[in-house]
Amino acid sequence: MSRHSQRKVVNGIFVALTSLATAIAVGALILILISLVLNGLGGFDWHVFTLDQPPPGELGGLRNALVGSLLLCGAAMVIAVVLGLLAGTYLAEYGDNNKLAATVRFLNDVLLSAPSILIGLFVYEVLVRPFHGFSALAGAVALAFLATPVVTRTTEDILRLQSNALREAGMALGANRGLVIRSIIWRASATGLMTGGLLGFARISGETAPLLFTSLGNPFLSLSLTHPIAALPTTIFQFALSAYDDWRRLAWVGALIIAIAVLTANIIGRALARGSVPK
Amino acid sequence: MTAEASVSGTSPDKKISRIGDPRGGSATRGGDKIFHALCLSAAMVLMGALAGLLISLVIGGWPALSHFGLAFFTSSTWDPVADNYGAAGPIAGTLITAFIAMLLAMPLAIGVAVFLVEFCPKRLAYYIGLAVELLAGIPSIVYGMWGLFVLAPWFAMHIQMPLMLAVVPGSLLDRIFAGVPNGANIFTASLILAIMVLPYIATVFRELLLSVPPHVREAAYGMGATPFEVVRSIMLPYIRRSAIGAVMLGLGRALGETMAVTFIIGNSHAFPKSLFDSGSTLASTIANEFTEATGDMHISALIALGLVLFLITFAALAAARLLLGRAEVVA
Repeated sequence: MSRHSQRKVVNGIFVALTSLATAIAVGALILILISLVLNGLGGFDWHVFTLDQPPPGELGGLRNALVGSLLLCGAAMVIAVVLGLLAGTYLAEYGDNNKLAATVRFLNDVLLSAPSILIGLFVYEVLVRPFHGFSALAGAVALAFLATPVVTRTTEDILRLQSNALREAGMALGANRGLVIRSIIWRASATGLMTGGLLGFARISGETAPLLFTSLGNPFLSLSLTHPIAALPTTIFQFALSAYDDWRRLAWVGALIIAIAVLTANIIGRALARGSVPK
Repeated sequence: MTAEASVSGTSPDKKISRIGDPRGGSATRGGDKIFHALCLSAAMVLMGALAGLLISLVIGGWPALSHFGLAFFTSSTWDPVADNYGAAGPIAGTLITAFIAMLLAMPLAIGVAVFLVEFCPKRLAYYIGLAVELLAGIPSIVYGMWGLFVLAPWFAMHIQMPLMLAVVPGSLLDRIFAGVPNGANIFTASLILAIMVLPYIATVFRELLLSVPPHVREAAYGMGATPFEVVRSIMLPYIRRSAIGAVMLGLGRALGETMAVTFIIGNSHAFPKSLFDSGSTLASTIANEFTEATGDMHISALIALGLVLFLITFAALAAARLLLGRAEVVA
């Protein structure tokens, strides 16, 4: 075989291998989604949303877990959006040529991928052990620590996209820097900032590990911040590893609900991000 | 926003603001001190969180670490009844699963990234890229359920059993493939981990490949190089340093992944003896036992596992960030 055709063959094999790798990655996503739909859709009925979790063998749903998850994520997002927006603003607007900001940026990037179970241990040590009790508040704080780095990072990236001319124009009108940031830069970046919130929400809504020993779980409907509370992921964990068929069926339904919620938040967030980049 | 409410009453400064670099420079000059302080304190909270995390793990794990000393790292006895704890099993399990996962995920991730950048039509690349990123968005508990109920039975039936039957008894391969044929083992855990970290590595790799200056690539193509030669000899060497960062980032993820591994690794504390043996990782042990731990020493030993996990992942993630610089990675 000539040198030329040999190179062509090698290249052909290379193209085939990269296509195969892509097919495997996309195939994995499709396989997972298919088994979620196959196993989860069958158990879907209105009881899922109207009844609390059942004892084995009885009719029931996931109402307490759904309500708990919404409460936990809602409380966590309030903390995360306030903290992340301010911290991200600090990094983008006040953090140039500044050792402190560089350190915060680095640690935030590490926190972004830190194992979530460690956050759970931390919050257990700080908010559960001293008060002798698991609580929804502890769970929300743990989730907030996971969402804040995402919001911070997105906020910084988005604010940096705004041109300096915009800042200078605001200042030329006599506004001070804080006012320029709040009423011009934030407003101009509103869509992008929402992306940060959505991605943060997507990050925490399926998190299980940090909730195991902070909010614990609760077989009954609870709205109290000071008591243990059920969450969809922890309930799925408990039900999936149980020996009861109807519990496992509910676990699949829960997994389908979570996957839909997370994927929707991800898709909307990324679509917003695509639309918000100023030309 | 609370920040807005607290400072919205302030009127613009009476003095005319001096305009320096509007983003850099001293914050107090023509700035809004309260707002600056608020932003700064939010950033401090973030920093404090990581410091607090480390301190709480050290304090919580200290009783176990000081009681068992070095034996905590070398012994593989994990016996809550006798209150005797050694972390060698979970530490080995963590390192082995993460290593195998990286071995599987790395070539796949490079393949996906190269395909998207070099060979795939633009429109299709957007959707495939989105699919790969969605793979990263799937919660780990869903991976866990899928692994336990779909992958493990299939793997046991179609891969593990045939392999175990095919090898010569007593041979080296027999020892590698030994284990309970239920599909819940070190290897399937690594397989799930590989699928989970693949999108992170692939996404960063793709960004890196796109950062190669077009004229360098085009020069190589102009000399008659095939796409394979361009990727191997021009693009991969160009991004070498950051590429190691991308791999470390995936490694950090694989080391600390909890729920998916807890579902499928089989949860035995012994030192894993074969590829298909059941095992445990640092994270899965904590997740499994923490709420059921009764003795103070048991809790302390579990927190000490957390400290070990923190140190290992922090090293990997810090290295990743230093090598990557500021490549675009959110989530």
